[in-house]
Amino acid sequence: MRRDKKNLDSKFLTGKLKTRFTEDIIAIDEHSDMLTAVVKKEAIHEVIRFLKENESLGFTFLTTLCGIHYPDQELQLGVIYHLHRFSDNSRIRIKTFLPLDNPSVPTVTDLFSAANWMERETYDFYGILFEGHPNLKRILNVEYLDYFPMRKEFPLEDPTRKDKDNRFFGR
Amino acid sequence: MSDNRYTTLNLGPTHPATHGIFQNVLTLDGERIIDTEQTIGYIHRAFEKIAERRPYYQITTLTDRMNYCSSPINNIGWHMAVEKLLGVKTTKRIDYMRIILMELARITDHLICNSVIGVDSGALTGFIYVFQEREKVYEIYELLCGARLTTNVGRIGGFERDFSPEVITKIYEFLDHLPKVLRQFEKLLLRNRIFMDRTINVGPISAERAMNYGFTGPNLRAAGVDYDVRVTSPYSSYDDFDFAIPVGTQGDTYDRFCVRQEEVWQSLKLIRNALDNLPEGKYFADVPEFYLPPKEEVYNKMEALIWHFKIVMGEIGAPVGEIYHSVEAGNGELGFYLVSDGGRTPYRLHFRRPCFIYYQALPEMIRGGVLSDAILTMSSMNVIAGELDG
Amino acid sequence: MKTASYNKVDPPEGFTSPGIFATTFDKVVGLARKNSIWPLPFATSCCGIEFMATMGAHYDLGRFGAERLSFSPRQADLLMVMGTIAKKMAPVVQQVYVQMAEPRWVIAVGACAASGGIFDTYSVLQGIDRIVPVDVYVPGCPPRPEQIIDGFMKIQELVGKESLRRRYSQEYKDLLESYGIR
Repeated sequence: MRRDKKNLDSKFLTGKLKTRFTEDIIAIDEHSDMLTAVVKKEAIHEVIRFLKENESLGFTFLTTLCGIHYPDQELQLGVIYHLHRFSDNSRIRIKTFLPLDNPSVPTVTDLFSAANWMERETYDFYGILFEGHPNLKRILNVEYLDYFPMRKEFPLEDPTRKDKDNRFFGR
Repeated sequence: MSDNRYTTLNLGPTHPATHGIFQNVLTLDGERIIDTEQTIGYIHRAFEKIAERRPYYQITTLTDRMNYCSSPINNIGWHMAVEKLLGVKTTKRIDYMRIILMELARITDHLICNSVIGVDSGALTGFIYVFQEREKVYEIYELLCGARLTTNVGRIGGFERDFSPEVITKIYEFLDHLPKVLRQFEKLLLRNRIFMDRTINVGPISAERAMNYGFTGPNLRAAGVDYDVRVTSPYSSYDDFDFAIPVGTQGDTYDRFCVRQEEVWQSLKLIRNALDNLPEGKYFADVPEFYLPPKEEVYNKMEALIWHFKIVMGEIGAPVGEIYHSVEAGNGELGFYLVSDGGRTPYRLHFRRPCFIYYQALPEMIRGGVLSDAILTMSSMNVIAGELDG
Repeated sequence: MKTASYNKVDPPEGFTSPGIFATTFDKVVGLARKNSIWPLPFATSCCGIEFMATMGAHYDLGRFGAERLSFSPRQADLLMVMGTIAKKMAPVVQQVYVQMAEPRWVIAVGACAASGGIFDTYSVLQGIDRIVPVDVYVPGCPPRPEQIIDGFMKIQELVGKESLRRRYSQEYKDLLESYGIR
């Protein structure tokens, strides 16, 4: 019974999203653990506002916001939003991908105050710029760090360290 | 703000009242707080980057160190996330054992938080009494996994060893003994005139603002929203049990204290129910790719030897996919967003850390209050630095 | 009160006579200092919780004279660094150390403070002995309270045996100079 409700809901959601944002939605995946939609970066703010403020949808809780880096894709950097609706425990995942040379995306801080620090963390780790963010600066790393550590090309260990021989430490 | 009327006070990062290292630069008008500027990251250990370089069973040690006051919840949450990716179904016995451990950990987390609220308002005795009870829980953890604080308990697919009769006896003794201490603790603080004057209407937040800020856990329930991951999306057979979710009204410090206190009583009830009805069965699920076979089989059977070799040398990959799984940790919804590309380590692992998300609401909560109220608000929000910075 | 069931510590070597005990100055000062160390608990992460357990009633660090924790470095003798120190926190540790008055000792509790621990990453300082001189290292992740007490007792041994002129010696000054502490 629960499975049918999930399918019903995801068909309803897919329908509503596709009718409202026909050309901005690149893909919708209904077979993952929750409905996942890939959206163009220009429309991301409107999509999230629509999901939050439309009465029949009402996804009023931003669970989390994170970045991701796929070096093999054309649009390498991505931002992933997870939204949640308490009334019937539905979740939805929205992804948007950005080019490496201009990784900027509109902020959602005006919709969800929770996004403030989450976007700062994503900027700190991936260098993704959020247009309109009130205070976009590094939050977890030191201010003088000059690279974005979570991108795939950078190592985990401290590159300036001299006393550990890489041959013995399996790097 | 270079107005001469205002004082700038630096609270932290090393300060006896901030339990954990984070910095708040307060702008004060006399004793009233005008604004706060927060700096965190003083214990940033790059968990998400480390997780991309460690096999799935080694990441459990990282999850220990996030909310280190209640490590079993983090460990078991991570194991459940990997099991969701693999599509593994655990037996009822495993589920009930997990519930017992998670509720024990939740009790210890709330005990620390509440006694520390007492310490910050001047009542040190409660803290000393409560830490004695934590020692008893540490003894239970030691019997189960060998460690006191950073437990690394359980395996992907269940547990490494069953509950021995000694563990069960010890848990029953703990369940019989804790109510007396809790009642003493409550007599000290709960209806204490001084404590109530210091905590009622201190650091309030409304339910709408709390939801907008992404609050979860006792902080959100104190504001009036009854969202609990154990009830809305039950995991590990929580839906077999009947327990109440305490909810506050104003979202102030007193409500947070009371909500946590009541959750300890509910957890005690849950543990007793789970232990009384613990079903028979295996304590590990059938996941040969991730669950190490028992040593007797490794020395005697070829297949077990090969699985052991493959697991330890790290030649086994998880299926391709992405999942999001969340559990109700001591502070709220602890989420794991796991993207796997088929390799032996995750491609991307993002921890949804509740402390990080609700701590950004602190300036709004303490604005207009006095400095001592700010200290109490901070400690009642239960900010654990390991989870804040991650 | 049975006297046979506890160990009595011998007094230091000296000349005894009714009403008189004469010994060298450094032995008396060492004895007084080592039994009244005021620690500064610089607790950053999980080891801090084990320290709270050590200060609690079960393991009781107060028996060793460390009952009065000092959160102000000006009044502390022993800097107990417990937990991971990130590179962002390193200047703060050094500042706290510089504010302590001589004689001062440092104990690094836990694997993270001793050597960076399991966090071999770009953001974690691989051991506080890169920024302050450390006297005793207590390994463990987190160390059991008994281990922390063992480390504390080793500090007590060091304090009791320290020469009174050590802090003015050229060797000590060179040690501080090598850390950039003046």
